[in-house]
Amino acid sequence: MPPLTALIKKDFPKLYLDSHAQHGDETVSIKRAGMLELFLFLKDDPRCKFDMMIDLTAVDYLPRSPRFEMVYHFKSSPLHHRLRVKIPLEESACQVDSIEPLWVAADWYERECWEMYGIDFQGHPNLKFLLRYEGFQGHPLRKDYDKLLMQPLVPMRPVAERHDYGEVFQYVQEPPPSVPEQEPS
Amino acid sequence: MSSKRRPTTPDFSAQPMTIEIGPAHPATHGIVRFTAQLDGEVVAAMETEIGYLHRGFEKEAENSTYIQIIPYTDRLNYVSPLINNVGYSMAVEKLFDIEVPRRAEFARVIMSEVSRITDHLTCNGATAMEVGAMTVFLYFIKAREYLWEVVEEVTGARLTTNWTRIGGNANDLPDGFLEMLRERLLKVSDVLDEGEKLVLKNKIFIDRMKDVGILSKERALEYAFTGPLLRAAGVPYDLRREDSYSVYDEMDFEIPVGTVGDCYDRFLVRQEEMKQSISIIRQAMDKLPPGDFMNRDRRVFYPDKAKVYGNIEGLIDHFKIVMEGPKPPPGESYTAVEGGNGEVGFYLVSDGSGKPVKCRVRPPCLNYVQAVPEMTIGHYVADIVPIFGSINMIGGELER
Repeated sequence: MPPLTALIKKDFPKLYLDSHAQHGDETVSIKRAGMLELFLFLKDDPRCKFDMMIDLTAVDYLPRSPRFEMVYHFKSSPLHHRLRVKIPLEESACQVDSIEPLWVAADWYERECWEMYGIDFQGHPNLKFLLRYEGFQGHPLRKDYDKLLMQPLVPMRPVAERHDYGEVFQYVQEPPPSVPEQEPS
Repeated sequence: MSSKRRPTTPDFSAQPMTIEIGPAHPATHGIVRFTAQLDGEVVAAMETEIGYLHRGFEKEAENSTYIQIIPYTDRLNYVSPLINNVGYSMAVEKLFDIEVPRRAEFARVIMSEVSRITDHLTCNGATAMEVGAMTVFLYFIKAREYLWEVVEEVTGARLTTNWTRIGGNANDLPDGFLEMLRERLLKVSDVLDEGEKLVLKNKIFIDRMKDVGILSKERALEYAFTGPLLRAAGVPYDLRREDSYSVYDEMDFEIPVGTVGDCYDRFLVRQEEMKQSISIIRQAMDKLPPGDFMNRDRRVFYPDKAKVYGNIEGLIDHFKIVMEGPKPPPGESYTAVEGGNGEVGFYLVSDGSGKPVKCRVRPPCLNYVQAVPEMTIGHYVADIVPIFGSINMIGGELER
């Protein structure tokens, strides 16, 4: 068993579901309840140090139950290893916790996944359309969405009051680094 | 080193003004809309809106065979299409567990590096033009044209290349190709030097680029930046070295890194990377081994025409590949290559049929565009242009 999988299986026996290392990609399946605990561990533990959230997406396996599967790809830049984490989701409960508070990169990826698959990300600060437009019906990447389906025309919308800047990024000027005074030699 | 950013306050002294930049604005390169709230001339808040070029690549891919997807990958990053071709083919080869002949690997490396140069030439040329150095743009586009003629010689098209196949390439490198490429590389290398002489010590250029759009190393990692932008922030992260895929482990090259992570560093990193790419191409041309350009595994290889028309096995193989597509065993694979912009990853899920259950592209641009407000806030509104230029947003890849 690859080292990271063994580590997760040992430390999170309640979350662990399954694992494989097909084609050399280390993969762990976990349960949804308590997932943030594991992600926090992956980010902070000195044996994992997954500082980059490379990719986040979902897969729809339609006739199968559980129908959806969340797929996360992580990469550690100091330790040079990768990990894939998967979370199976039932159609009746298609929601996961947002990992945006842990990796800011997940923000847009989760918005895309939400609009394409209809998976709800609980705790996401700004869940709104990214690639789709307001008034689009259905979730295009679900398997039961017909590729040739036509969308209804949407009415003109006023430009004003469309924007919500959310939490405004504040730039605070850092104080100049203090130079220690050198004794004249 | 002082940043040119100004601290902003949410309670403006003057009346705030909201301006819309884009969607169709020359500085947005593709189609992106920025809505900026200005405090005087300083950007205080900003929102990015994308989605004007979404073509449903993933949905289309789920309804196509593995071979039919290759031309769609050209349209992802359309200034370096060959790298996408290579990345996608590698992902499928991983599913099949197919070996690629060494000659094909070297040819892929050569063409990927040619594509990387065309990508960086476009980005640096356009950035230089937008801050006033029109000549550099014209020179760089001229150099890009030299290389696109090389690409045309090999693939038959300048941009929509569709060159790699599962298990190799569509064709071998043509006769006289190496001499042509050697001569073109000399020309490109001259153009790079010329362009650098024009801008790198130019006060206007430095004023516009230096200390603009800084994103620290820590933030860049949190945003999962890859490619030139992460290297400009000071992290020597290059997949050609990290994963040493294909035959990159046999090549001798350096990874340029920046110190501050501003637009000027990004320009320099790209400039140096092109020189390294030229060196990689020369090494690969020297080492180019003889051999086949394609793995003739009958699961993926179109049989020779003589066999198709001459015997029943050949005909059936051909029919199966055309009508049903090659069928990889069930499983999943993620393969990433160092694209012009960073990590281009392909995540494929197969259920054993001829069409993928899922074909996901990990777009490097998405992370950059996501971070544009954070890089811009506190700068003058005119600085949006070099900041956005330096991230090299490619609409096709961003929105897929």
